[in-house]
Amino acid sequence: MPQTGHGGMADLYTIENLSLSLPDMTRKPVLGAAPRIEILKGLSFGIPQGDVLGIVGGSGSGKSTLGRALVRLLEPTGGSIDFDGHDITHLPEAALRPLRRRFQMIFQDPMSSLNPRHRIGQIIAGPLALHGVADVRARSLEALDLVGLPRSFASRYPHELSGGQRQRIGIARAIALRPEFILADEIVSGLDVSSQAQVLTLLADLVRDLGLTLAFISHDLSVIRRLCSRVLVLHQGVIVENAATAALFANPQASYTQALLDAIPLPDPDQVWQ
Amino acid sequence: MSFLSIRKLSVRIKGAQTRLLRSVSLDVAAGEVRGLVGESGAGKSMIGKAILGILPGAVEVVEGQIWLDGVDLLALPPAQRRTRIGASCALIPQDPLTALNPSRRIGGQMTDRLVDILGWPRERANARAVELLAEVQILDPGRVLRAYPHELSGGMRQRILIASAFAAEPKLIVADEPTTALDVTVQREILRLIAGMQARHGTALLFVTHDLGVVSKVCQSLTVLYGGLVVEDAPMRNFFANPQHPYSRALLAATPKYTDPSIDLTPVPEGVIRHTQAQVDAADGAWRHG
Repeated sequence: MPQTGHGGMADLYTIENLSLSLPDMTRKPVLGAAPRIEILKGLSFGIPQGDVLGIVGGSGSGKSTLGRALVRLLEPTGGSIDFDGHDITHLPEAALRPLRRRFQMIFQDPMSSLNPRHRIGQIIAGPLALHGVADVRARSLEALDLVGLPRSFASRYPHELSGGQRQRIGIARAIALRPEFILADEIVSGLDVSSQAQVLTLLADLVRDLGLTLAFISHDLSVIRRLCSRVLVLHQGVIVENAATAALFANPQASYTQALLDAIPLPDPDQVWQ
Repeated sequence: MSFLSIRKLSVRIKGAQTRLLRSVSLDVAAGEVRGLVGESGAGKSMIGKAILGILPGAVEVVEGQIWLDGVDLLALPPAQRRTRIGASCALIPQDPLTALNPSRRIGGQMTDRLVDILGWPRERANARAVELLAEVQILDPGRVLRAYPHELSGGMRQRILIASAFAAEPKLIVADEPTTALDVTVQREILRLIAGMQARHGTALLFVTHDLGVVSKVCQSLTVLYGGLVVEDAPMRNFFANPQHPYSRALLAATPKYTDPSIDLTPVPEGVIRHTQAQVDAADGAWRHG
């Protein structure tokens, strides 16, 4: 299929009627198949090239499952995911491999997603070597430059870094491959406010400088407002709202969106917080 | 006299030169809710651990006093100290999944402390557990008491730990980031629950958090820590109206506020960090020569 890579407003991702169910192993009978839990119930949306899409929802709303389907860590049970003209919905791993360098992921917990026995240099070089990139070392050091960490960090271990620095390593590993799309799953929820502000600023700069398309999963609408141009609100596996960020905050349409907004504790003693 | 009075408490890694807590003093009055705020590594949780006598083995107290209800805990022999702490203090931990034993039913885990440490008869402890679960709005206490932790949601597990903390009517509860792992709607329910129980039982609460939004909802006063040093101690409303220390102001500026689109989250600026670090160094200098 020809690529539509003319930039501008074209959708990098087109998602149609996406559904995903997983077997509920806690209720599996001794003989026979486990009943399935519907996690995503027919989602349709697009992610335009260069957009920063916020995906928000409570625990169990399906936001992480949706993210994992986008980068095909999970295989959908229905509907389709189109990435830049490639139907990746059921693509087998071998066929996905060359596409994987174009969509990368940053994980929530940098402590469990960075191998504690590898040095930072090795961690960033891993995906580069896997995809057969030339100049692995130079590219890893460049990635450290891009996330604002000194090159000397390449010889350190993850436990020697602070939480914010570790999350920068997660970002460096994702951008080292120069992907077009990055999925960031709750990447600042474990950080204190100052590190959080640093990581968000860094991410916003990288999106602009590298022309990335970003899907940013979070349960924190304040963070979404800071970073995203569009917001998708998920509730129990259904999209309840899909709106431009400014419009969503000015005039939330879904009652669930309003409930999420009302629940945020603002640093203001006079806020009405039921 | 405050129920809890910490005076010039310093702790360090055994044998190390630098202190993790630098002559910390703070008070929590009976029935008061005090927030303990700071970035990761500022020493907030360390203070809670020192009060509860659960400092990691590698950490030692260098100096200071922890007065609990008029008695200096640090001057007591270890066995007496443990009894005193056990009888009047409790902890609401951060992560309800790691705080509960995955291979034991909830009921036993809730009543252990009442039976083994406080010597209650088993029936009385069981009845108390049912009563507490009702108080934290768990509708089917019977089922929950027989359940294993993995069968319950995150919010449910956190309710159980709150109920357990209040079980023996403690005078002081240390809540160590009890809602950090929860999403906003569940967080609000849990915070309301803690605030409601605290008010009904008249318990003093030391609320460890890095979220100033949460502080403004549940605390009456707060202590701001940087590098183990207290940089500000203020009544809650005064703090939000007029934060005194530049580090406090920077922390407030870094706190997201969705209602204000013009706000551009700024990390704590280098200049403020240098200024605050200089204060920490000066405190260390004075301490070494004093």
